[in-house]
Amino acid sequence: MLPELSHEEIHRYSRHLLIPDVGLEGQRKLKAASVLVIGTGGLGSPVALYLAAAGVGHIGLVDYDQVDLSNLQRQIIHGESRLGDLKIESARDRLLDLNSEIQVDIYNEYITSENAFEIAEPYDLIIDGTDNFPTRYLVNDLCVLTGKPNVYGSIFRFDGQASVFFAEQGPCYRCLFPEPPPPGLVPSCAEGGVLGVLPGVIGSIQATEALKLILGIGEPLIGKLLLYDALDMSFQTVKLKKNLECKVCGENPEITELIDYEDFCGMPAHDHDAGSAGEDWDITAEDLAARLNEGVDLRLIDVREPHEQEISNLDGSELIPLGQFASRLSELDSAQEIVLYCKSGTRSTRALEILVSAGFKKVKNLKHGINAWAIEIDPSLPLY
Amino acid sequence: MPILKIPTPLRPYADGQGSITAPGKNVSEVLEFTLEQYPHLKKHLLSDDQQLRPFVNVFLGEENIKELQGIETPLKEDDILLIIPSIAGG
Repeated sequence: MLPELSHEEIHRYSRHLLIPDVGLEGQRKLKAASVLVIGTGGLGSPVALYLAAAGVGHIGLVDYDQVDLSNLQRQIIHGESRLGDLKIESARDRLLDLNSEIQVDIYNEYITSENAFEIAEPYDLIIDGTDNFPTRYLVNDLCVLTGKPNVYGSIFRFDGQASVFFAEQGPCYRCLFPEPPPPGLVPSCAEGGVLGVLPGVIGSIQATEALKLILGIGEPLIGKLLLYDALDMSFQTVKLKKNLECKVCGENPEITELIDYEDFCGMPAHDHDAGSAGEDWDITAEDLAARLNEGVDLRLIDVREPHEQEISNLDGSELIPLGQFASRLSELDSAQEIVLYCKSGTRSTRALEILVSAGFKKVKNLKHGINAWAIEIDPSLPLY
Repeated sequence: MPILKIPTPLRPYADGQGSITAPGKNVSEVLEFTLEQYPHLKKHLLSDDQQLRPFVNVFLGEENIKELQGIETPLKEDDILLIIPSIAGG
């Protein structure tokens, strides 16, 4: 039995009720529906806002993070007044301000193989608004194993992807991408950046697909991958086929329960910059400042992109962007002490690994990058 | 000549190019030409045994070349190949 709508709800949703494909029955389906939004960041913000506005009766929000100033360029569910607060609390309050008729449940935790089934259990469909490969594989496998549709969206700089992975009717994420890229090969948004409005476009598409699935109207993106290029302003759809050898949804699946996804992907399940190469290889901003003050002869190599030098820079450093690093090793002398840095220590850790594997020993990573220098040594530099 | 479209995450390894016009009668020849011009792309696309890496998909029109003849898929003069990478941002 679908729930009834109050007079106030009929007023609120009148623009839906006027559409014959939605109507009273469709709006009652939305009221009865439950959707779990994993991640309340760039994608989760517009998805959750539009689902709440549309009258999806029960929304779950999963996140572990707090609202940071650098989130507000794109995570439009949060605001300046909530800086430092838990994202799920900020998001819940915004949703209930938008629509107090709905139920919003919050999960202040990482979604993991241990808690995923329990968190997902009350929900009809899952929105993948996560920001890292391990959680994307976890969400996919969870959806395959529980028979729930996975409304997928993913973004990078100017490119976006969206699909509905629903193994009962089509391919899953693993059918398209059986394995993740090796760690460090694909930069995260924290390293590579993202156009602020891009998740608005892709998240709105995810919300649209969720509403269509609930209403049972139109053609969902099952078996299709939508590709969006903001620079060309082009949308393209390609066909996806189910992989009969898929390890989770194929004919003879190897994965029958959730696995260790950080181990599978070889990377952590968040896109915060690790910033450290390990105790033996790190130098803190304070120690580097002391060594430079002592007049120690060392080469300071900046592995960021040229345009980042305009934001902040360390005097006396030389630029070798990470992408060119392996082909420019001849410019470095293994006999000389080298300190590598980037924004926050992640890319310089990759550069350090390249140097160490080439036999360099006198090399250090500036722990947490030039941002740490800006905090600890030179507050005249901006954080970014 | 066929055109290979390069997605944003891979453009830094192709001198910022968004698309590459490459001579070739099949996908393999187009990739070979492209990787000669832009060798830094190689580790992002091919494994040591010259197969497409499992996190990279190449589409000809709407079809994944895996569903056609893989890297031996023949190409016409005006075909457009699209590389679809794994991205995870959210």
